[in-house]
Amino acid sequence: MGQLFAVEIIYRGVFQKTLAKNITRDIVLAAHNEGKLGISFGRYGDSPERNGIPAKSFAIVANDEQTLQEGMAQYEPKQVDVTVVLDDTLCKGTESWAWYGLQPVHHALKPGRTLIVVSLQDAPELLKTIHRNEQPYKLAVLKGVTSFSGMWVFKDDHTDVRVLGAIAKAFPEIVSLQAVERFITEKLKSPLKVTSAKTAYDRFKTIDVKPGEGNPEELFKFALPEWENMREGVSIKGQPQGGPYKDPVTGEVGGFRPARNELFKKYSSRTQRPVVNFSTCTKCTLCWLNCPDASFDVTPENTYDANLEACCGCGVCEAVCPVEDCITMVNESQFKDNNSQYEAFKKDKDAYLKWLEKTIESTEPIEKRSHGFRYRGQYQEQVPEALEVARKG
Amino acid sequence: MATLTMPVQEKKKSIEQEALITGAEAIAIACKLANVDVVTAYPIRPYDTVMQYISQLVADGEMDCEYIVAEGEHSQFEIVKHASACGARVFCGSSGVGWMYAMEALTVTPALRIPMVAMVGNRALDDPGAFGVEHNDALAVRDLGWLLTWVDSAQEALDTALIAYRVAEDRRMFVPLAISCDGAFLTHSQALVQIPSAEQVKKFLPRYDRGDLLFHPDNVISVAPQANEDWVTEIRRQNYAVTEIACDVIREVYAEFEHTFGRKYGNPFFEEYMTKDADVVLLGMGTLSTPARVAIRKMREEGKKVGFVRLRWFRPFAGPEIAKCLERFKAVGVIDRDFSFGSPNLSGVVATEVRSAMYTGSATRPPVLGFIGGLGGREITVPDLEKVADSVFDAAKGIAQPLTQWIGLRG
Repeated sequence: MGQLFAVEIIYRGVFQKTLAKNITRDIVLAAHNEGKLGISFGRYGDSPERNGIPAKSFAIVANDEQTLQEGMAQYEPKQVDVTVVLDDTLCKGTESWAWYGLQPVHHALKPGRTLIVVSLQDAPELLKTIHRNEQPYKLAVLKGVTSFSGMWVFKDDHTDVRVLGAIAKAFPEIVSLQAVERFITEKLKSPLKVTSAKTAYDRFKTIDVKPGEGNPEELFKFALPEWENMREGVSIKGQPQGGPYKDPVTGEVGGFRPARNELFKKYSSRTQRPVVNFSTCTKCTLCWLNCPDASFDVTPENTYDANLEACCGCGVCEAVCPVEDCITMVNESQFKDNNSQYEAFKKDKDAYLKWLEKTIESTEPIEKRSHGFRYRGQYQEQVPEALEVARKG
Repeated sequence: MATLTMPVQEKKKSIEQEALITGAEAIAIACKLANVDVVTAYPIRPYDTVMQYISQLVADGEMDCEYIVAEGEHSQFEIVKHASACGARVFCGSSGVGWMYAMEALTVTPALRIPMVAMVGNRALDDPGAFGVEHNDALAVRDLGWLLTWVDSAQEALDTALIAYRVAEDRRMFVPLAISCDGAFLTHSQALVQIPSAEQVKKFLPRYDRGDLLFHPDNVISVAPQANEDWVTEIRRQNYAVTEIACDVIREVYAEFEHTFGRKYGNPFFEEYMTKDADVVLLGMGTLSTPARVAIRKMREEGKKVGFVRLRWFRPFAGPEIAKCLERFKAVGVIDRDFSFGSPNLSGVVATEVRSAMYTGSATRPPVLGFIGGLGGREITVPDLEKVADSVFDAAKGIAQPLTQWIGLRG
């Protein structure tokens, strides 16, 4: 049997669908320049068309037809040589093919192979969220702004070719830099993109991650029911109604906390989260009413605490909140846990409000942290900015 | 539910009554006796005779139920599906392309474990638009988890409707069940029928208890959510488990029926006529049995040892029993009032299933000839059946015969 290589691209549904598809397609076409065969495909499901849901695209490359078939004989590669994470907030874990818990981003990575993350953070910082791996692997950061666009829009900020350059360095057996350069020249017809790919190649460096290094958090998982003990009639037990909220500091009981499905968490689709200023909240109820996932707990003081296991980060609460600076959506990469903000507020109000101010300052203004584009001309503004970050690399 | 608030003028008599009624009317009366809670209707011939009779029973104050005329068959079957999920005993039905229009609802019903009882007035599928019998309508759901039975008399239609509720609503089953009645031959001709008393039926038919699957504010469940791909295999396996025990449950219910009403159906799955010493047999479903019996008696007088097997239950298909039954004959002729274009040997549906059952279940391998006829309501005549039998006898003698032949065909 010849050699079989696989690349996995982990991306955000809708926002990075076209980007991920282009990258895996380009890998195969570039490798084909060197006489290799390959296929490019996305994990089947509706995740690619769901806002922010973790999704996957794959490229399989082989030296000959029969070896390629070995790779195609399974639904998706179980072991890959390179995993590319196109948004660093995905480092908190991805969803499996069908939802049964979280998986680490290096779930399919062969021991000793390379994980590439597009991020503005450094590798040690990312390792605070990337879960522990029992096997050693290499971690590389491709410095860059997360490339988000719309369902049908491809944001041409060179993320695609920079990833190709990085893969060529990380694992030249899949595709060489020469093949990448030739592909870009012939197919994408852009000398500037050739330069971007080459720069990414030149600047690419990895750190060795030792076994057991990383986020020690236990990944959320549960046992799948078997056919004999599954409920019949395609039915699931309803949730109980929920009950009052117990103040974590005073022990005061009041408000309301809805019961939630314990097996279904939504945070892996979150790229940003609401932070709440409980001291300016007017208790108007709008966030609670408008939240599509009932993710707000009503505290005994009748303020609203976003439950961060249930919140998918859509930002509706921020949009409907009538108070300036009461609810602010902040980039998810700022956070390392899903703890209750209300609890932190009750424990030490001053410290919480200081933390809040600092956290909000660190995030971009609303018009810049959109998914896709909010106004005409934003594309023209964002692409040069992203290219600038990439140049500084 | 109607069982709790029954203002129906209950007839106190516990003895059976005799009446001259059609097969459709017999099923309507069974619905009344079974105290059905929700009936949905949408007119299409020949099923519509049932909805007419039921609406008359309701109008006359003889039957108390929610009677809903839907805006089409899809809604008709969806409404009873939901009502059944809420614990109501339900009845509906359709014919031909009306049944096909409800296909999406028919498809989802078995997985949700809904014990819906439906009557299919068998009718040719369009095009051309025609009213007559053909079995392809009901057979379209044969792989989906529905139970399918064919009856051949008004009496059997009434009895089978009562049996159907008991089978479908058995907690081990909870699957939809369709009773097929040949259009015109059964739905529109009147025959003398023994009608059991309400007391007897009440004794035979326990209350429908949906248990932990009841869709009710006191039992909060979510039914038919979007499930990921990874759950589907297990859900299908649950429906498969129903088919594994279906024959046993049906056998139990027929025994109970005989015990309560005294009428004997013998083997529930198929009925044999003059097969004891037969060299060859013909096999078919539905009202074909009448000309078949006449033809067989005629041929017997001529010294031809031929018998008839009427298949009563198509789903579940009692494969091992059918195979054991048929292995003792020298040749078998299966008459299909349906077609299965492009199937193995280009035969009809029943012939293909019989061959499949015999391949694994029979000690011998007699020739099984397929005959397609009676489509669109065309009569299958006694001379037709004599010709069929002649071909089967030839096959028994080792004279090669086509595996599929059309009967009663012009040209």
